[in-house]
Amino acid sequence: MKRDDHVVPLGTLRPGETGTIAELSGGRAFVARCLAMGCTPGTPVTVERNAGRGPIIVKVRGTRLALGRGESMRLHVKKQDLKT
Amino acid sequence: MTKDKHHKTTTVALAGAPNTGKSTVFNALTGLRQHVGNWPGKTVEKKSGICRRNGRIFSVVDLPGSYSLGANSTEEEIARDFLAQEKPDVVVAIVDASSLERNLYLVCELLQLGVPMLVALNMMDVAQGSGLEVDAEALEAILGVPVVPLVARNGQNLSRLLETIEAVAEGTAQPPVSGPQLPPAMEQLVAKLDAAVPADLDIPYPRRWALVKLMEGDRSIRRSLKASLPPDVWEGVKGVLDQHEQAVLEIASSRYDWAAEAYRRAVSRPKGEHASLGERADRLLTHPLGGLIAFAAMVFGIYWLMFNVGAPLQRWLQDNMVARSAGGLEDALRGWPDWSTSLLSNGIIGGAGLVLTFIPILAILFLALAMLEDVGYMARAAFVMDRFMHRIGLRGQSFLPLFLGWGCNVPAIMGSRIVESRGARLTTILVAPLVPCAARMVVVALFTAAFFGGAAALVSWSMVMLNLIVLALAALFISRFLFRGRESSFVMELPRYHMPNIRTVLLTTWERVKRFVVLAGTAILAMSLVVWAFSTFPSGDIEDSILGHIGRGLAPIGGLMGLDWRMMVALLTSFVAKEQTIATLGVILGTGEGANGALKAELTSIMAPAAAVAFIALQMLFVPCAASVAAIRQETRSWRWTGFAVGYMLVTSFGVAIVIYQVARLFGLGV
Repeated sequence: MKRDDHVVPLGTLRPGETGTIAELSGGRAFVARCLAMGCTPGTPVTVERNAGRGPIIVKVRGTRLALGRGESMRLHVKKQDLKT
Repeated sequence: MTKDKHHKTTTVALAGAPNTGKSTVFNALTGLRQHVGNWPGKTVEKKSGICRRNGRIFSVVDLPGSYSLGANSTEEEIARDFLAQEKPDVVVAIVDASSLERNLYLVCELLQLGVPMLVALNMMDVAQGSGLEVDAEALEAILGVPVVPLVARNGQNLSRLLETIEAVAEGTAQPPVSGPQLPPAMEQLVAKLDAAVPADLDIPYPRRWALVKLMEGDRSIRRSLKASLPPDVWEGVKGVLDQHEQAVLEIASSRYDWAAEAYRRAVSRPKGEHASLGERADRLLTHPLGGLIAFAAMVFGIYWLMFNVGAPLQRWLQDNMVARSAGGLEDALRGWPDWSTSLLSNGIIGGAGLVLTFIPILAILFLALAMLEDVGYMARAAFVMDRFMHRIGLRGQSFLPLFLGWGCNVPAIMGSRIVESRGARLTTILVAPLVPCAARMVVVALFTAAFFGGAAALVSWSMVMLNLIVLALAALFISRFLFRGRESSFVMELPRYHMPNIRTVLLTTWERVKRFVVLAGTAILAMSLVVWAFSTFPSGDIEDSILGHIGRGLAPIGGLMGLDWRMMVALLTSFVAKEQTIATLGVILGTGEGANGALKAELTSIMAPAAAVAFIALQMLFVPCAASVAAIRQETRSWRWTGFAVGYMLVTSFGVAIVIYQVARLFGLGV
């Protein structure tokens, strides 16, 4: 799969930054869990808390989710430009 | 089962994601006419209850919380198998109005399964509080099934919910629509699979639904289909599936597209988005440092209550109920054979009876836990602790139960229920007995004071550290090797905070206390009796008892640690309760039970400091006490895991103690 330059792991976004989900990697169970929680491709995700280590908190579809550090690196998002 | 014409029983299943107030709805419907057990063969709690209305009996089943009808967890599998196979008469989908879009995913799946259903739009007050206006009628028009707005916490609209349940059961409510459609490409794939799978396929699920689940990569449906198809046919089906691995993304996306569209049409935000009180509270409660401090303060609060309110009550019960009834019995049974008095006063009252006096402490703990769970705080605690727990192969949820094990391991084992995934829950249960409980610290205090004088505190502290290191290694080992690949991913909802529902909190506490009483009255009683018999027969003298002989048999192993047979017997009796070691030593060494000074002097004369350190370590890491073993058995529902817990701790404790003794001798601590 060709990867856009702007596609980065969700865990690298800073608090307040938003991206749209581009790719889910990892085991079938993990992907199924993410999908059930609303993280489907194309969905905007806003990072609310990211201390650089440990789990992060994001907001998806009006619900707040906690994601483990490892999990947050397996969810790839297309970073939205702050200007647009 | 016979069905009376006038008292027809209607099965009502409550389905919904965790944190939607499902239990509150269940409690409001059934009150105290409920039964808590386990799903057959599973460690998941099954709650069912009865609700009567207009001569009709509703048998209400509270399904385990699930976000979808997948098989991502045991809970989800139980919920969807019940819905698809038991075919309840009415399904109530309980959704959180304040988080509607995500909640509509499950509703979509239920519509596609095609069950007779209605939607209970719960937490309307929370939604309004966060600036959302949810139009129930508009939602009803979109979904094609009845929608009842609800505030289950204060019972608002419950009668309308019951009315609607009745209407759906009677079939007078509008019939469910066929459910949201799949995208054309997916429909083609369904058709392709439909052609590949023989028409007489025998699986306990609706055919079309099973095919869609197959496309989603559902493991358990895959397994059951593979088992019921001839190998060549399965290969064909598998070939089709392999070409469309991305189908799961498309199907989930189509459901969420539908949910987003329904949300857009039914929900408006007149006041715009604003940070709710809960979100502001979370700025502190999920802060990497502030959150830790807040969590520590809460745990301290629970401890304070346990020790300042619960412990005095426990002592009072022990002095007034246990000691007095045991004393009274001894007087009353004067003239009876010695063993019968001993059986009643030492075996039954001293064993299981003593355990029961811990009820006040446990009730406070369970009450505090139920309260924090109901408010929605638990997810935050898991979040702030995850960073640390992750290092030992566990997730944040396991911290709280383990931490509470400092008082007594039994509540830690029973508290592991709050850990969601099975693998993590089992790991938590299996390592919980390694948390140094208060009873063990009593023994440690006696030994360190006797042998190490000024360094006593340091030695005690090292022993606690040793336990925690072993605990970390055990957790790491168990999660890496025994539950490898079954590690749950940490994707957890942070639910909105809400006021606790007193009824739900009290019922949860009551259920857990009841479970503990049942445990004490059955398994713990049985264990106490067995240990009592072993230490009493044949002569009534512990030295000649079966236990005494086992202790002598263990003397060669004891020798590796510098311990004689008396120490081994003392160790073995710690199986009754950890502090029993001291009482046993008092009897065997002839110093009496109460006189600690004499006991200390006697101890220093029979063994070297190296052996004492080895003995403390042995005592700290030894097999869980009878009550903990009974609790492990109850919570794991498996003798294998119970045996594993006992076995690995037995091996570890002896191994570590031998190493300590031998190393200490090298450094000249031995005689």
